[in-house]
Amino acid sequence: MIKVTVNGTAYEREVEPRLLLADFLRHELGLTGTHVGCEQGVCGACTVILNGDSVRACLCFAVQADGAEIETVEGLGTVENLNPLQQAFQKHHALQCGFCTPGMLMTGVDLLRKYPLATDGEIREGLSGNLCRCTGYEHIVQAIRSVVGDWNKHGMDSK
Amino acid sequence: MPGSSPGMTRSFCGKHSWPSFTVREDDTPSSLLPRLRCLKMDVDARPKIIGARVQRVEDPALLTGQGRFIDDINLSGMLHIAFCRSDHAHARIVEIDTSEATAMPGVAAVFTAADIAGTFQPIRATSRMADYHDTELAVLAAGKVRYVGEAIAAVVADSRYLAEDAAACISVTYEPLGDAIDPVAALEDGSPLLHEEAGTNVIVSRTFHRGDVEAAMEDAAIRVAETFRMHRKTPTAMENRGYLADYDPGRRALTLHSTTQVPGIVRDALVEMLDIPGNRLRVVAPDVGGGFGGKASLYAEEVLVCLVARRLGRPVKWLSDRLEDLMTTTQAFDEIVEAELACDGEGHILALRADCIGDVGAYSVYPWTAAIEPVQVVSFLPGPYRVANYWARARAVATSKAPTGAYRGVGRPISAFVMERLMDMAAARLGLDPLEMRRRNMVRAEEFPYKSASGIVWDRCGFMECLDTVARDYDALRRQQAEGRAQGRWIGIGLASYAELTGLGSRISVAPGMPVNTGTETATIRIDSTGAVTAQFGIASHGQGLETTLAQVIAEELGVRVEDVEVIHGDSAGMAHGTGTFASRSTVLAGGAAIVSARTVREQVLKAAAHMFETDIGDLDAAAGRIFVKGTDRSMSFRDLAKALYSEMGRFPKELREEIELQATRMYDPYFGTTSPASHLTMVEVDPETYRVTILHYGAADDCGRVINPLIADGQVHGGIAQGIGAALMEEVVFDDAGQIQTASLMDYVIPTAAEIPTMSVQHVQTVLPDNLGGFRGMGEGGTIGAPAALANAITDAIGLGVKVLPMTPERLFRLIKNKQE
Repeated sequence: MIKVTVNGTAYEREVEPRLLLADFLRHELGLTGTHVGCEQGVCGACTVILNGDSVRACLCFAVQADGAEIETVEGLGTVENLNPLQQAFQKHHALQCGFCTPGMLMTGVDLLRKYPLATDGEIREGLSGNLCRCTGYEHIVQAIRSVVGDWNKHGMDSK
Repeated sequence: MPGSSPGMTRSFCGKHSWPSFTVREDDTPSSLLPRLRCLKMDVDARPKIIGARVQRVEDPALLTGQGRFIDDINLSGMLHIAFCRSDHAHARIVEIDTSEATAMPGVAAVFTAADIAGTFQPIRATSRMADYHDTELAVLAAGKVRYVGEAIAAVVADSRYLAEDAAACISVTYEPLGDAIDPVAALEDGSPLLHEEAGTNVIVSRTFHRGDVEAAMEDAAIRVAETFRMHRKTPTAMENRGYLADYDPGRRALTLHSTTQVPGIVRDALVEMLDIPGNRLRVVAPDVGGGFGGKASLYAEEVLVCLVARRLGRPVKWLSDRLEDLMTTTQAFDEIVEAELACDGEGHILALRADCIGDVGAYSVYPWTAAIEPVQVVSFLPGPYRVANYWARARAVATSKAPTGAYRGVGRPISAFVMERLMDMAAARLGLDPLEMRRRNMVRAEEFPYKSASGIVWDRCGFMECLDTVARDYDALRRQQAEGRAQGRWIGIGLASYAELTGLGSRISVAPGMPVNTGTETATIRIDSTGAVTAQFGIASHGQGLETTLAQVIAEELGVRVEDVEVIHGDSAGMAHGTGTFASRSTVLAGGAAIVSARTVREQVLKAAAHMFETDIGDLDAAAGRIFVKGTDRSMSFRDLAKALYSEMGRFPKELREEIELQATRMYDPYFGTTSPASHLTMVEVDPETYRVTILHYGAADDCGRVINPLIADGQVHGGIAQGIGAALMEEVVFDDAGQIQTASLMDYVIPTAAEIPTMSVQHVQTVLPDNLGGFRGMGEGGTIGAPAALANAITDAIGLGVKVLPMTPERLFRLIKNKQE
């Protein structure tokens, strides 16, 4: 039996010890926004924020998340009310197929919360654990760049 | 009229419509030919919706985790499949023991080739080409295996976890048959044969010939020759392949949800294989997480889930993991090309000769065949240049590796790599600047339409304009390079130009000799009784943003807003015929179909409105979802019009109501297709200690005709270039001598991250092809074609040693330089 809080909602579930956190979120809780691209911790599509840090949900067992507070893409904003980073991704065309996008957003949120991101080089370095095969990253970097100032100034991430 | 050019007039059809381009009446087609520059679009005159940076309608769902990808679909009673796969490259299957797996908890069934034999009609990719040997799609390996990773048995269980547990307990006894790994060795007599009935491993052979190459070579002032090698890639979409089959025993109907780029092609093939009529066999592509060609072929697993679902009467899902994807998704770009170029003393090309061996892997994929890549390497090799004398041969050699298929650029990245290296080699020999070498040989505006040495006809487009555009940075980069080199830095500049055929019509097969027509596209556009517009297509967008760009085209043609149009695609049930999205076709073909269908519906809308306004059709126009009487304040919404026509009694006489149809299904066939050229210019620095290649500048100029959405067009080029950078510097599928794949994880098959990809400058030249509906040219693949060639030339320029192998990894660069130093 594990207890986790996901996007502010508390859940209690009985799980197999070998169940991956990514599969738990997707199949047990129905939060299918977290995607699985490699199950080896390389592609970053499954990135979620666990107790304030970005982690690979495919490299973590659900039982390891017992007691944790987890944020997934479903917690960022809604279709009617996208958060500033989601809006920037749309405005700058920072997604094509959309499969890596939840992981990119969660990594982006983590970077924006923690680092000044003064240069594009820092943004690129910060994104280097997330693979995107569609965009060539150009527009993703532009999207994150466009919100850095406001994010730092106004704390647009109101969590 | 500011900005407009001679030879062009604008026609206005009302104050609310946009300028369109028409050719002056005194212009005959032949007099148009030298006027290419005059046909360039005036950017300021871009219509309001086509050409606008419209934000994508696809995005909100994808940004909030509300996408619906294959693994997000779960049906009641659904079973999961895991495969037992071959760990031998080429071996006879002596025995398969499934007894332990069958008895395991949660296992519903286990299938081998023997268990499914007779339950379907096998399929082969046929071709019109002579010297072609087709191969049967092996749903499960029967008798023998031909590559590591080939599916041998399928376990069906309550969960994927249980299915994998059981698959691991299947034991297979093999008798090795001798491997055919090296394509050159596999050519030779006595090599183990993958398909004994073919009598050879050369399953495709084709020769191109123009002029007298021997004589031209003899007369040449200079000749340059080299053997080039491009090593194998895999498309690596971020979403792995997956299939979910749902069989309805009552209706004897099957729905397949598939991560496919080609639902129409899959539907047609499955109807043949499963003997279920097309009206009861539906193939749906949900949100698909990238394809790049890797999801454009019919796959064994795709057929198998259907067979199992029908047999068990329950929904069945298989989702590839990354290991399976890297082992079994079609691979590409695996060629050896021996080539020679001859020029006169001024650098004009006299002759070109090439011999290409394509390592195509174990099977000829459906429907493209094994010809798709090697034959295209030599048919596109002459590039955008005048080549009077040409001889080339392509041979596709079967080896014990995963089959090759379509991958972004298909063959042309190799063509451009070879030809552009030869151009630089010739320029260096003659002491000519590489830019000047290209200018001297490129087909000029007055020469279009130009029949290339391999028989491809280049239509009027901006070959030289692309080169000139990208070369605006050339002198400045050369100065920077000189400064850097003065400080001892290894900096080099590379140019690459190419031309490709896109948006192919029914006259030309996408893959040489392939008998399947992919040259038409149909759109059904309908206005329902609420005034909402629904447009259905046979394409299957999987990241290209076609829901947005096609909505832009329809909105503009029909006179509604983008948000009024719902674009439906990726569902075989919606269309009588469709293929999918591949080969840079969807904007050209679906865009054209959207235009003809929308124009037909618009006529009907205006006819109905003319009755309601009691005026002539000529007095009416439509824009932003309203129909209005020009020059007055009288207007009505599409909603009111639809409601009146469909639902309100007495508004229309019976005859008129029966006559007006607010929907249309029209087909578009560009017949030949469109030419899409581009030039790329890059500057790189090689680190003399780590041999890392850093890209200091990357510029690309393409001609994709009229741009529908600049945001999306730029994104397509960025993504293509990034894949080309991966192909040039990092990516290689490696097999050992026993055919074992060494790059079966994303730690070993390395694709670029944001840290390796530079900021890119992308420009669109936009020469409009007048007789092409909409003026669009295909552009989805181009970035990947130019980048490997430009980078190979830049690295060569940086280190002074010719790059003949890609990817040029740090290790290869180190060896190249060390060998020279020794």
